[in-house]
Amino acid sequence: MGRVIYMDNHATTQVDPRVMDAMLPYFTEHYGNSASRNHKFGWDAEGAVDRAREQIARLFNARPKEIIFTSGATESDNLAIKGVVEFYKEKGNHIVTAVTEHKAVLDTCKALERAGKAQVTYLPVDTYGLVDPDDVRAALTDRTILISIMHANNEIGTIAPLREIGRIAKDKGIFFHSDATQGVGKLPVDVEAMGIDLMSFTAHKIYGPKGCGALYVRSKGPRVRLTPMMDGGGHERGMRSGTLNVPGIVGLGKACELAAAEMDTEAARLLELRERLSQGIMGQLDEVYLNGHPTQRLAGNLNLSFAFVEGESLLMGLKDIAVSSGSACTSATLEPSYVLKALGVGEDLAHTSIRFGLGRFNTAEDVDHVVERVVHEVRRLRDMSPLYEMAKEGIDLKTFQWARE
Amino acid sequence: MAYSDKVVDHYENPRNVGSFAKDEPNVGTGIVGAPECGDVMKLQLKINETGVIEDARFKTFGCGSAIASSSYVTELVKGKTVDDALQIKNTHIVEELSLPPVKIHCSVLAEDAIKAAISDWKTRHGEAEAAQSAAANE
Repeated sequence: MGRVIYMDNHATTQVDPRVMDAMLPYFTEHYGNSASRNHKFGWDAEGAVDRAREQIARLFNARPKEIIFTSGATESDNLAIKGVVEFYKEKGNHIVTAVTEHKAVLDTCKALERAGKAQVTYLPVDTYGLVDPDDVRAALTDRTILISIMHANNEIGTIAPLREIGRIAKDKGIFFHSDATQGVGKLPVDVEAMGIDLMSFTAHKIYGPKGCGALYVRSKGPRVRLTPMMDGGGHERGMRSGTLNVPGIVGLGKACELAAAEMDTEAARLLELRERLSQGIMGQLDEVYLNGHPTQRLAGNLNLSFAFVEGESLLMGLKDIAVSSGSACTSATLEPSYVLKALGVGEDLAHTSIRFGLGRFNTAEDVDHVVERVVHEVRRLRDMSPLYEMAKEGIDLKTFQWARE
Repeated sequence: MAYSDKVVDHYENPRNVGSFAKDEPNVGTGIVGAPECGDVMKLQLKINETGVIEDARFKTFGCGSAIASSSYVTELVKGKTVDDALQIKNTHIVEELSLPPVKIHCSVLAEDAIKAAISDWKTRHGEAEAAQSAAANE
């Protein structure tokens, strides 16, 4: 097999060579423990971590000390939600979140419910995947201590109205956490203007290394406190013990610096590529449907359902292209995407969905190749699809009597 | 998930894709599965007067393993009598294609498709014979 085109940038991204160059000296040369306070190795490492904190904080208008380093966004989500619930248990136990959140948020909430530590409201979304801020307001009770709404959805790219939700949280004096894993570095974020108190993100979605993420924790106006999940040396203002992953942190810092410098031009470039991809496919194939919001979505995200073609079989045909599917067959559960289901996409169409994730290293040539391959494979599989044949014969697939297993 | 070579081969070079005219009396059509389950197989068998399957066609909406299972079945049933075809078990398909546990339902669906197609043929064949003998008696 020749070169495989990577177009799955919501799953992870290639480390930018500039990020890797920044990290390398911290493996072999400046390998000190940033907590070693009495020698040069420690001071060098600490200096690098401090610089990274500044680079990161500058990206979304935070203070450097408000950045708590973690192993990634899943840990950050867990720490934010469990940490607040535990610390503020005297104040309340109710969480408001949405059905389309990442599993790192949903399963954390479910674990807290099972343990009897929290009551959780899972808000519905509209057909585009948007949470209605009025629904957030209506769900709040005098026991609500946390609102957790993601910035941009990892499957459909829909961008949530964080500013409106942040304002509601401020009005009511409730903490607002956002899982901004897909948003940070790609969309403008200002934790002050958007009223965000806690925010999870990770390096590997923004061309940094895997295994290093962070949680933004507001230090004043109001100060947010957390019960740590791990006991130990009291690193990171006591919120996350454990020797810091210095090379990873340097990488996250550099990734944030690059993202800030290139955000506008890169978003415009990705949008152009996405239009080329979308128009190239939809101009040649009928019965292709867009999942998610037509405009209020990540520039690099295109999620399409190819009616009558099962997603996994399409991925199998696109073996020289790395994309992902909302089809059940690509997951262990045999259930199609819960996100698409929440949008009201029928299970029949959910099984046919493909997520294209454009990123920094994709080119117009990549897009043209993907268009050509997708169109070819969809046509081939439709010729093999009994559903396509039936639809063309005018049979209504919704009312047809299927012999269900 | 890695696919077995045989699954890949059937997926890339599916055997006997297509359709026969459904209303021919010597054709049995089985459609099993449902779109919301992610798998639909249509299997058609052309069966001669002695009850031997002379030809088969399939169309499948489903994952690569579902396509491969139905493609393999069209090869497997050709030349078999209806009674022998009804003896085909899904486990045979699992073994031939080295399907992993999560894909066993594809083989079950393929077995169901054979049974559904033969059942359809029996119904229609019976009707055709009845019509013939009715015509002969007039």
